[in-house]
Amino acid sequence: MKLQEYQSKQIFSKYGIPIPRGRVAATASEAKQIAEELGSRVVVKAQVLVGGRGKAGGIRLARNPKEAEELATAVLAMELKGLPVRKVLVDEAASIEKEIYIGITNDRASNRPVMMASSEGGVDIEEVAAKTPEKIVRVYIDPLLGLRDYQARDIAAAIDLPRSAWRSFGEIARGLWNAFTETDSSLAEINPLVITSDRRLMALDGKMVIDDNALFRHPELAEMRDLDSEAAAEIEARKYGLTYIKLDGEIGCMVNGAGLAMATMDIIKLYGGEPANFLDIGGGAGADKVAAALRIILSDPHVKAVLFNIFGGITRGDEVARGILAALAEVKPNIPMVIRLVGTNAEEGRRLLAEADMITAETLTDAAKKAVAAAKGVER
Amino acid sequence: MSILINRNTRVVVQGITGHDGFFHTQQMIAYGTSVVAGVTPGKGGEWVLDGKIPVFDSMKLAVEATGANTTVIFVPARGAPDAMFEAADAGIPLIVCITEGIPVQDMMRVRSYLDSRKIQLIGPNCPGLLTPGESKVGIIPGNIAIPGNVGVVSRSGTLTYEVLDALRQRKMGSSTCVGIGGDPVKGMNFVDVLALFEADAHTDRVVLIGEIGGSDEEKAADFIANRMTKPVVAFIAGQTAPPGRRMGHAGAIVEGGSGLAADKVRALENAGVRVAHHPEEIAEMMAD
Repeated sequence: MKLQEYQSKQIFSKYGIPIPRGRVAATASEAKQIAEELGSRVVVKAQVLVGGRGKAGGIRLARNPKEAEELATAVLAMELKGLPVRKVLVDEAASIEKEIYIGITNDRASNRPVMMASSEGGVDIEEVAAKTPEKIVRVYIDPLLGLRDYQARDIAAAIDLPRSAWRSFGEIARGLWNAFTETDSSLAEINPLVITSDRRLMALDGKMVIDDNALFRHPELAEMRDLDSEAAAEIEARKYGLTYIKLDGEIGCMVNGAGLAMATMDIIKLYGGEPANFLDIGGGAGADKVAAALRIILSDPHVKAVLFNIFGGITRGDEVARGILAALAEVKPNIPMVIRLVGTNAEEGRRLLAEADMITAETLTDAAKKAVAAAKGVER
Repeated sequence: MSILINRNTRVVVQGITGHDGFFHTQQMIAYGTSVVAGVTPGKGGEWVLDGKIPVFDSMKLAVEATGANTTVIFVPARGAPDAMFEAADAGIPLIVCITEGIPVQDMMRVRSYLDSRKIQLIGPNCPGLLTPGESKVGIIPGNIAIPGNVGVVSRSGTLTYEVLDALRQRKMGSSTCVGIGGDPVKGMNFVDVLALFEADAHTDRVVLIGEIGGSDEEKAADFIANRMTKPVVAFIAGQTAPPGRRMGHAGAIVEGGSGLAADKVRALENAGVRVAHHPEEIAEMMAD
């Protein structure tokens, strides 16, 4: 789950990381008021969960409160990469001497968190990594020991920070580490961390991604979820414990198991179709769950056929078949349905489904071919 | 013969009185697994499954009383890391964690602790282990696999069942099937399991089922090219997965252009691995 810039910076501030004075505003008049309070030049920043806000015109410098109001009006009317701007952050403008980068992420190759830093801040760090990888310093952190002071000093030295800044850099690195671990983040990043003209370090921008699996112990963070950045169908699916991801194709997929669901999408593509979604109904698929999944798949108007691919393991084929029958009776789809049901109690399941108006398939290949043909048939 | 588990494996079930733990304990016993104990804090002294299996309050007590040498964990995500630490401190050398949804940072701490004690971990978020005809530790349906010489290692559950079933229909069986799980930070990875299969006298071929995300398949390719003599057939799921999205498994995500299926396929093919275009082709390739 991604946090907005203002939320990330508020968390950083709690951990002793200096941030500019400023507040978030939902209206232009609020933005004006904040600018008046700050009494300085301000930056008006769109709070949207997309990258490249600056290039898209979502970050603007205002010289006075009136200008802040005008710019906030403009920015609040924008859509960035399809997402509406509902809030702007109004921050005191800083006078910047130098921009650096510091971030922590979970490195799956080493099974450890890694702190990364670069003297090249304020730009896309992935671009720096691709073009000048030598400019990124990485320090791996033992999760049982935590960040050690010497590691922060090593980083400061490696990115050529003046010695006079090492101490405050160390405090910021420690604060970022504490924020990262105590919020169960998978990413905590300050880009840029600036050195101001009066030689202070300050986090001008911030980004955090919280591990969804850890939200059970962070209810205050779970409330920060930005539903604008998610498709309605995906939010609906989460309610039923389903994982649904919308794609651009025309063949809806309902599969048990994430790996098999991906393989089903792939085989549809292999035989000339395009999958409309990823959907894992998980184990123990009862009628209500199957019905919810079917409604969600059919809410996509591009879907011209649905492929059910169910491998009965612990979940029994006849149970799933009953779930599908009940779901069909409730949802009453009017497009072709292809089903492949194999594994435990599959024969019984197939017998139950014989009365339903479904196209049956024996193998995955057969099912994919039939679904592709069915989807094309609807087009004609 | 087999890897990791066999007929002498003595299993303790952590979370035995929970819904899933209880059901799968029944299934494991029905398969012939030697389940010797269960652990549920607060229920020590009870006996479950017709009085056959004793329940203990702690792993230490369970191991002392029964000599269990393998644990399987069905404890929910918030308690599962503690269950793994407890198993490690009780001296269990092999931990199988079925639980899905454990926070990544918890798993990093668990890995760091287990690694320092040379304890083997399978999972989490995995279906566990099956040595057909001898023992199953986890949730792989026993009826879909028969004993044989194919080693199977996979990041996915149902996709593995699919492959085991297809192999069985062609009268091919497996030595051991290892579901290593779909999380980004986990216990044994492909390379660890491939090394065991390479050394196992009863495994003569291996099926590797990977998916998008991370670089375990690339590391496996490197290991296969340099260290393996046995042939490997592979399949990689997620060719059509959009970047930046988690495809059900926490670890199945293409991030910053890395973890792509195409890169994994290329690495494996360069290592001499035959890569199937779809799951059914795996069994066809093994029959060749």
